[in-house]
Amino acid sequence: MLDKFGIAKRIAKELKDGYYVNLGIGIPTLVANYVPEGIEVVLQSENGLLGIGPFPYTDEVDPDLINAGKQTVTTTKGSSFFDSAMSFGMIRCGRVDLTVLGAMEVADNGDIANWKIPGKMVKGMGGAMDLVAAAKNIIVAMQHVDKHGNSKLLQQCTLPITGLGCVKKVVTELGVFDVTPEGFKLLERAPGVTVDYIREKTQGRLVVTGEIPEMNF
Amino acid sequence: MLNKLVNNADEAVRDIPDGAVLLLGGFGLCGIPENLISALVRKGIKNLTCISNNAGVDDFGIGLMLQTRQVKKMISSYVGENAEFERQLLSGELEVELIPQGTLATRCLAAGYGMPAIFTPAGVGTEVADGKEMRDFNGKTYLLESAFEADFALVKAWKGDTHGNLIFRATARNFNPLMAMAGKITIAEVEELVPAGALDPDQIHTPGIYVNRIFKGSNYEKRIEQITTRNKQEN
Repeated sequence: MLDKFGIAKRIAKELKDGYYVNLGIGIPTLVANYVPEGIEVVLQSENGLLGIGPFPYTDEVDPDLINAGKQTVTTTKGSSFFDSAMSFGMIRCGRVDLTVLGAMEVADNGDIANWKIPGKMVKGMGGAMDLVAAAKNIIVAMQHVDKHGNSKLLQQCTLPITGLGCVKKVVTELGVFDVTPEGFKLLERAPGVTVDYIREKTQGRLVVTGEIPEMNF
Repeated sequence: MLNKLVNNADEAVRDIPDGAVLLLGGFGLCGIPENLISALVRKGIKNLTCISNNAGVDDFGIGLMLQTRQVKKMISSYVGENAEFERQLLSGELEVELIPQGTLATRCLAAGYGMPAIFTPAGVGTEVADGKEMRDFNGKTYLLESAFEADFALVKAWKGDTHGNLIFRATARNFNPLMAMAGKITIAEVEELVPAGALDPDQIHTPGIYVNRIFKGSNYEKRIEQITTRNKQEN
């Protein structure tokens, strides 16, 4: 089974040289720490920055320079700034190659719910609805089950929808799944996790074809 | 004479009435019009509709106007990090309309470009689409979203000149140039104010035609929501 760092590390294997990537808040942000050697990716922050650098040294902190999580950051070689309309413009027109998001629920048809829990204070969707509606390649980083042990990979989302049919791949602590017309296609198992265990924890349609390799990274 | 200079924030907001619809620039606390918000608090006008990506924190930004119960309605994309906001929302004192961040930005853009509406895929299949006109283009469904109609836009820039030309800095740009284009009357506060002619025309983000009033702000706090740093030892 993977911890959150393992999930991030596995998703980092999906990065390709030259990719422009938008990383959501939470586990997705950790992906930046595992960019494979020898490839260059440019991170997009939807508040108006391409080329997110590392956190600043104490004496470099700049209140005018933050990421979408409102954390202080730096620029890096080749960075650029732009306004919020252009930021979502480049997402909407498909220039961003990969988007990594967290989710509360994903359905086996690619629907995603990640912004609102009925009965709880709603903080808002931020840029999530824009991203899921337009990004061409969305990977979801999430826990496979909730704290009560209920599957979050479902036949149908129960929470309010963020976007329809948009998720392409899901990486959880148990495995890697492609979203296909037949449902969640199991590609890899996390270390020490059996296919039967994954089947037990997946409420949505699960497709298992042949031997499923254990992931290595 | 083309001179948009006003003396201070209080003079800049002198004619904003109760019930006005305001656009306020900034993302989180980054690039917010600090001086103008303080002036609105001093002026004490009520029943405002505030269109802004966020609602500040309890004791800073738009949060200051929530404390004084000046806001009737917020139109935002994300409103976490604010306990007073939550209290007013749950008690029904405050009305909130949540809209996707890109939709918010593009509705400003449309207003500034003289277009009544835009089509966006954001929100299709969600409660954001309720009651909205939809249309398919090339096999994909889009929502019709209208341009904002706001009485005043309050923005913060890094540098500006007496003609109202504005230059923003780093990610403090965010919604500011978009909102500057979208207000019926646009008021800009700047950190550095120079005479017309002192700024390089090639470097201007917002042409002065969009700006009606400008002044040099003072005592910028520029509060940071999350200071994240690394150690010198790290690469």
